[in-house]
Amino acid sequence: MSDAAHTEMWEKLNLDISAHDGLLEVLGKFYGDIYLSQENRLKGMEYLDFVLSEVHGLRIKELQDAKATGKKIIGTFCVFVPEELTLAANAVHVGLCSGADAGTDEAEKLVPRNTCALIKSFIGFKLARLCPFTESCDLVVGETTCDGKKKAYEAFGKLVPMHVMEVPQTKTDDAKQLFKSEVLRYKAALEELTGVEITVENLRKSIAIVNEKRKALQRLSRLRAADPAPISGRDALLINQVSFYDDPVRFTQSINTLCDQIEERIAQGEGVVPSGTKRLLLSGCPMAVPNWKLPYVMESSNAVIVGEESCIGSRNIRDLVDESGDCMDEMLDALVDRYMKIDCACFTPNDERMVNVENMVSELKADGVVHYALSFCQPYAHEAIKLQNVLSEKGIPMLSVETGYSMEDVEQLKTRVEAFVEMLD
Amino acid sequence: MFAGIDIGSRSTELVLQKEGTVIHRAQLPTTFSPLEQCRKLLEGYSPECLVATGYGRELVKTLGLPYRVEAITEIKAHALGAHALFPDARTVLDIGGQDTKAISLNPKGGVLRFEMNDRCAAGTGKFLEYTANVFQISIEEFGAYALKGSNPPVINSMCTVFAETEATSLMAQGALPEDIALALHTSVVRRTSTMLKRVGLAFPLVFSGGVANNACIRKLLQEDCGEQGILCVAEEPDMCGAYGASLWAERCCS
Ligand code: SF4
Ligand code: SF4
Repeated sequence: MSDAAHTEMWEKLNLDISAHDGLLEVLGKFYGDIYLSQENRLKGMEYLDFVLSEVHGLRIKELQDAKATGKKIIGTFCVFVPEELTLAANAVHVGLCSGADAGTDEAEKLVPRNTCALIKSFIGFKLARLCPFTESCDLVVGETTCDGKKKAYEAFGKLVPMHVMEVPQTKTDDAKQLFKSEVLRYKAALEELTGVEITVENLRKSIAIVNEKRKALQRLSRLRAADPAPISGRDALLINQVSFYDDPVRFTQSINTLCDQIEERIAQGEGVVPSGTKRLLLSGCPMAVPNWKLPYVMESSNAVIVGEESCIGSRNIRDLVDESGDCMDEMLDALVDRYMKIDCACFTPNDERMVNVENMVSELKADGVVHYALSFCQPYAHEAIKLQNVLSEKGIPMLSVETGYSMEDVEQLKTRVEAFVEMLD
Repeated sequence: MFAGIDIGSRSTELVLQKEGTVIHRAQLPTTFSPLEQCRKLLEGYSPECLVATGYGRELVKTLGLPYRVEAITEIKAHALGAHALFPDARTVLDIGGQDTKAISLNPKGGVLRFEMNDRCAAGTGKFLEYTANVFQISIEEFGAYALKGSNPPVINSMCTVFAETEATSLMAQGALPEDIALALHTSVVRRTSTMLKRVGLAFPLVFSGGVANNACIRKLLQEDCGEQGILCVAEEPDMCGAYGASLWAERCCS
């Protein structure tokens, strides 16, 4: 696609062209510094480089083409919105990233200053007219998870067409019933928007598509148990990030190809870092594109990241939907069961997350855990304390980090992370 | 001969030692050209290995020195220094010019946990330096001056700028300047004692960094720890980081 065609498309989406050009320039530079500078990168990452370089280009073009054929675009912010239903209604499901500061001053007119960067970012991107994904959406689906998000959706709902799903805060049977009724309500909303009836057939197909995607990502995750680490944590994070907006079938295929390469690499005993490099598990809040600061700091501190215990990571891929159901009700129950296993900190008591972190540490042979909470994120800040206690009883070292998107604290973070890595010796 | 250099935000220290015995120590303000200051400190010495620490630790590698240069964090450097000076030490408190660290150590001197305050001047040497201004006395005399106080009012503000304002208005209300000075010192200790508790304070506690030269802070810290709490202060507390780094230099070469 030519530059002019890009610009024309962005103009049609009513983006602020000069601000958007600025954003792409910064993003490109950042990507170059953090990604393209890596050594021993896997060949298959070229696909990801391409997808990222065209994230606001070809992918948006694809969305516009899909829209032209009558397809609808659904934007989401949280892994609780069942992609299976979206796909069954023949719509496109995208995650809206919110990983950079933009339009913060404007956003702070709609939400309090002590709101996490992720929330400010999605509001800021909308107000500053910077995100072609948001602008392409026919419906944005929110959810009642943390207080910050659910209150922000009240304001955000005035700017975009919104549907808010009620996500319960506990995992009792009643809570599951509630979530099921919300799944039904989302199904009805989709059917109304798209005019497509969700049937046993199309739902079965879409469950399989999403399961395949999650299986490919699970395969990638398992391969990272190898020492030396066959892929950098930054690249693995990128793959997980891209999984939220790429076409699911194409994505699954390229990740499986990449995994084939990784297997060859492991067979030859090769890796991105020397064997014995300290291995870290990154755990906590979601990291949306282009929030690569902490992973970059960690991997510049003589360490490699071997797993992401996060929504852009294990929380999104750990569980599959049971495919054995053969009537609508059973299939919806299977969806509910799968989604209600998500160990988000918005739930209480959420003890399963502690167990999941421990399991990841042992499966991926991590030497320590870096817990990441976005500043002002109550749920994850609470669980950082809880996790610190749980892990220290098991003798697993953990560093708790609180930060936002700005670069001003990079040096301080570096000192903390380096000191933590030294401590693991 | 092995060298350690600690490039902090305020001052830079150099220690040269062999098998733990210090041969040379020197200190210069870091200024805006830290590399220049490092060069000055190192002039005329050629150790087998130099280990840099502190916020400028990576800079030294760009000096093109004719000997091996490595870098470690100040957490590790302080832990090494404290353990060498006081082998029983279980916790380290370092209050420097612009940051504070609390480190808990295992019996072998390895780091178990640490906390750092490096984003805000509260509870650091900068806080004392800034507030000493209100009394128009130098930072070196500030501790002795505060020791004359006996009835400190409460300073509520943790923020350096607001604390200064609070001190000024207390003065206007007629509180004794010595008492206010004591209150400011108390506020630093209060702040650090929370950090110490977070890492799990155990004794002996090694107190290092430039602020360990301040007699009033030492006294208040001892009071805070209680009579049983053993507090150790090195002879030149601001050299602990550089000394630790120099020990690591020796270990790197063996
Ligand atoms: S942390 Fe919780 S609320 Fe946030 S995206 Fe993940 S599941 Fe959703
Ligand atoms: S990071 Fe925390 S505060 Fe922010 S949206 Fe997620 S759960 Fe809410």
